[in-house]
Amino acid sequence: MKTITHVIQDPLGLHARPAGLLAKAAAACGDCTVNLTFKDRTVDAKRIMGLMKLGAKQGDTLTITCEGENEDAAAASMESFLKENL
Amino acid sequence: MIQGTGLPVFPGVAIGPAFVHETAKLELPTAWGSAAEERQRFTDAKAQAQAQLQTLLEETAARLGQEHAMILDVQIMMLDDLDYVEAIEARIDGGDSAAHAVQETGEEFAEVFASMDDEYMKARSTDVRDVSRRVVEILCGFSSAMTMDVPGVLLAEDLTPSETVQLPKDKILAFVTRKGSANSHTAILARTMGIPSLVAADVDLSAIHSGDTVIVDGFTGQCYIRPDESTLAEMTAKQAEAQTAKEALEAYRGKETRTAKGRKVKLYTNIGSPDDVELVLKNDGEGVGLLRSEFLYLGRDTYPTEEELYTAYRQVVEGLQGRPVIVRTLDIGADKQADYFQLDAEENPALGLRGVRLCLSRPELFRTQLRAIYRASAHGPVSMMFPMIASLWEVQEVKALCKTIREELTAEGVAIGDVPLGVMIETPAAAVISDTLAHEVDFFSVGTNDLTQYTLAADRQNSALGRYCDPKHPALLWLLQRIADSAHAAGIWCGICGELAADATMTNTLMTMGYDELSVSPAQVLKIRKAISESEVVSQ
Repeated sequence: MKTITHVIQDPLGLHARPAGLLAKAAAACGDCTVNLTFKDRTVDAKRIMGLMKLGAKQGDTLTITCEGENEDAAAASMESFLKENL
Repeated sequence: MIQGTGLPVFPGVAIGPAFVHETAKLELPTAWGSAAEERQRFTDAKAQAQAQLQTLLEETAARLGQEHAMILDVQIMMLDDLDYVEAIEARIDGGDSAAHAVQETGEEFAEVFASMDDEYMKARSTDVRDVSRRVVEILCGFSSAMTMDVPGVLLAEDLTPSETVQLPKDKILAFVTRKGSANSHTAILARTMGIPSLVAADVDLSAIHSGDTVIVDGFTGQCYIRPDESTLAEMTAKQAEAQTAKEALEAYRGKETRTAKGRKVKLYTNIGSPDDVELVLKNDGEGVGLLRSEFLYLGRDTYPTEEELYTAYRQVVEGLQGRPVIVRTLDIGADKQADYFQLDAEENPALGLRGVRLCLSRPELFRTQLRAIYRASAHGPVSMMFPMIASLWEVQEVKALCKTIREELTAEGVAIGDVPLGVMIETPAAAVISDTLAHEVDFFSVGTNDLTQYTLAADRQNSALGRYCDPKHPALLWLLQRIADSAHAAGIWCGICGELAADATMTNTLMTMGYDELSVSPAQVLKIRKAISESEVVSQ
């Protein structure tokens, strides 16, 4: 299992559009399970509504775990996605 | 003739046949197939809804810009959400029809968003409902898409975001909605399209038939249905006059603002929210001379956070694409407040704990706003000005606080810009000591509305005092000249952001006094640019 943490830079936080892009990026990881934890809640990063409902804001820390097939590649792609988009 | 009144969101006069838009009640099916069949129907309807949204998205992006299209992109993604899809499929497996399942699930998800502790997320419940309704309509073989054969006035209870983007825009002369606010989708769209429209209008839709003649007066907020002959004649003349005036003003678009003798004048705008930025650009404003910063504080239950303020200010700064913005710090008093401020009722709120007085008495409130403004200044040219100043010590205290906050942010490694500081001149005291104040700040902006009421001791809210509240009173003109002279003697600039700045009959007087900036509502920019261009002053 690979774990990444990311501090949200986007002033709008994890709002609808970044949440949608994040869900798409996670879905691109194929069979690898991608979960996102914020505070004490963990959601499937492939699901936009669950991500939006977290209400994560700028400055909040997100923890992403990738587990399963090609987890190294998945973690690397999630990391670069987060750096660029959130 | 039926007459109604609403909140005008764009000036102009429109006359045309009525199109009454009713959101029909959906008849959900009474009989349906097996779970497997309903699942398939849902999958097909979802794909069809997404295809519709994709087409709409492309059209919207091309016609209205990416900003308006974004909401559709989010809706497309919501339809692919596994939580949503699985909840629907579970209901179908439990015996529901596809239509019932989508309807119920949409409502359930919408309620979760509606209960979130974030204004932006709360508003997303509309999107969940909207996208669910689209799927349900497809499943029921129902279409709410509107067609209009001839141009007309669209009257509706309210319009959802997806309804507003799929309207036949080339056919719409005006909107009249019974619900909505100055910031509702319909109002924003009306401004973007530049058509006279009313929201929150008190018209009885059931008394109006499609095809009835409707007149919408976007100057006064009046609308007339089945007008009598004299009203029709009067409004037709008003429409022609407005059209001629508008065309004549178009010649001033994109031009520099200079007096006849060639002196450059800054022609800025007064706005009250980030949404108004598009109006500034659309009307060719050169910047924002007054950003009323109350919008984030009113109409809610708790103080806005520094992040919320920063996000909104940054949105304004970035939206202006390099044009300057002057933020007026919080101007709230007992007559204009939100409950959570818990201000005591005052006998005389106009002379009470308001504007900078309130901010100085609540340093934490002020600090939060100042930090947000400084942080936003990293993204473009930002100035700040303080309302309700009467004494030198107030300016000195405010400046000291600004200095502390600058230092704090710098120490935290936060990027900030150079933020010129100014004062509003709106008390007679500030006008009289303007020679002293001019050495303390970078600019003056005269709030003529308050300066008039305080100088003439005439309450501007009291309609019975109309003729006593005269902004052209000799006492006012004397003060205005003094303020301009004080500013120029100290080498700073001075402007006017009150209503007097938008009075074209006064432009020549103000230019002769030497004012360097006028700030008016966006719709008045071209009118005042014309007046400035025609004013005769000696080049300085």
